[in-house]
Amino acid sequence: MLYSDKVMDHFQNPRNVGVIENADGTGEVGNPIRGDVMKITIKVEDDKVDDIMFQTLGCGTAIATSSIVTEMAKGMTLEDAVSITKKQVADELDGLPPAKMHCSVLATDGLKAAIDDYLVKNGREPIAGPILSSDPDFDPHGEEDEPAE
Amino acid sequence: MDRTVYLDYAATTPVDENVLEAMMPFFSERYGNANSLYALGRDAYTAFEDARERVAALMGATHPGEVIFTSGGTESDNTALIGLATAGGRIKGHVIVSAFEHHAVLAPAEWLGKHGFTVTEVSPRTDGLIHPEDLQAAMREDTVLVSVMHGNNEIGTIQPLRALADIAHAGGALMHTDAAQTLGKIDFDVNDLGIDAASFSSHKIYGPKGFGALYLRKGTRIAPYMMGGGQESKRRSGTQNVAGAVGFARALEIMDAERATEAPLLAALRDRIVEGVLGRLELTSLNCCETKARLPHIANFIIKGVEGEAMLLHLDAKGIAVSTGSACSSGSLKPSHVLLAIGCPQEFAHGSLRVSLGRYTTEKDADYFVDELIPIVERLRSMSPLYAKIKAEHSAG
Repeated sequence: MLYSDKVMDHFQNPRNVGVIENADGTGEVGNPIRGDVMKITIKVEDDKVDDIMFQTLGCGTAIATSSIVTEMAKGMTLEDAVSITKKQVADELDGLPPAKMHCSVLATDGLKAAIDDYLVKNGREPIAGPILSSDPDFDPHGEEDEPAE
Repeated sequence: MDRTVYLDYAATTPVDENVLEAMMPFFSERYGNANSLYALGRDAYTAFEDARERVAALMGATHPGEVIFTSGGTESDNTALIGLATAGGRIKGHVIVSAFEHHAVLAPAEWLGKHGFTVTEVSPRTDGLIHPEDLQAAMREDTVLVSVMHGNNEIGTIQPLRALADIAHAGGALMHTDAAQTLGKIDFDVNDLGIDAASFSSHKIYGPKGFGALYLRKGTRIAPYMMGGGQESKRRSGTQNVAGAVGFARALEIMDAERATEAPLLAALRDRIVEGVLGRLELTSLNCCETKARLPHIANFIIKGVEGEAMLLHLDAKGIAVSTGSACSSGSLKPSHVLLAIGCPQEFAHGSLRVSLGRYTTEKDADYFVDELIPIVERLRSMSPLYAKIKAEHSAG
């Protein structure tokens, strides 16, 4: 199993690690039983992701996808950020080994959870849909979460 | 990367240069087929049978014919499980295996379970041992075969084989053991252990990959697993791997000659690593550390609050090769079945790290590993959203 240079770069030198104090939205997803948990905190400005940080307990892929999703989401509108798919995350990392594709779901789910947390806290409707990866029975080898067109 | 520190000897070992030297002629000038009648064939045959005699003697076998050469530990395990269970055309019966066997035993046991046999898995206790009374409780009137590994490949505990074999025999069953991790590394005698069959692998003892052996006590019936030209007294067909046999025999002789000095050195290096890791990392433990019957070269840590594959990748970047029982390392969802079998909670099994030492491990290697591991673990823990919580829970008791 080989990782791309970009996966290794984001694993070795993860961007935006940490927790934003007084964050506008927080998303914590995953399950320690399965070995991966991710927490994303965001600052929101004009319905855009103004700042974003993550903490991840997990494998190399979980850390690399967490790192890249924070880079991808920064500056995006909330609507665009929640629609980032795990495939887009994998593509941005120049691909993931097939057996590791499921590890990237955590990153997109963490982001979705943080955005919904912000919206709900501000009395607005959540837009991300169900967060599957926190469900203990969730099968990460299941269907791809392509955006519904 | 200027430095390579290999600490995964339980996975495989480099071929000892003396072994390689002994094997080389059989690839070139002594290439004969051991079944051929002419001089070149007779030369190969003689070398092959000489290797068998030496291997048989080094495992305490009574007759050289009790050693069947195979393509490795997996073939030996598969042959033993399926061949012994189905010997003489048997189509049903009860088979017992331990829950923390290598998959080369678990998979054929599962196959037997789908083909007329019933299979019981006996679990080890938290000390990493199969207790004789637990095997006794699993025995049935129709039990035909018991298979319990000798030394566990992940945690290094050594099973009380003699007592287990006595129980199997008292119940009229045969006793097989996967001894891939023990032959050559600790005292090993098939008669002292009282076993009927045992599997061995050459590449775990500085011999070549793709070679192994199955010990089969004289008079024990077995259905052949590889069928064809009838080699190995019709028990394992296929043109004899003479270079492999010569290499395996030489490797085992070196293990035997070096064991008295090598084993204590390995144990000391292991303890040096254990002390370093446990002394410098909080919330870290050694699996089955209370168990005295352990292989000298394996240490299996649980490092709470980190995930094994991430640790492994960071160590790899420093030139260090180790292994982990985390799910992600194997592309599956569950962590090591061995760790789960000894009662390790799943969330902590993901943070397991196995270090296994060998002939070329030095004190410098041991220290380098510990020095590199500490900051890696600290860094991963600092990135974890859970570590503060784990630590708080721990302090609260």
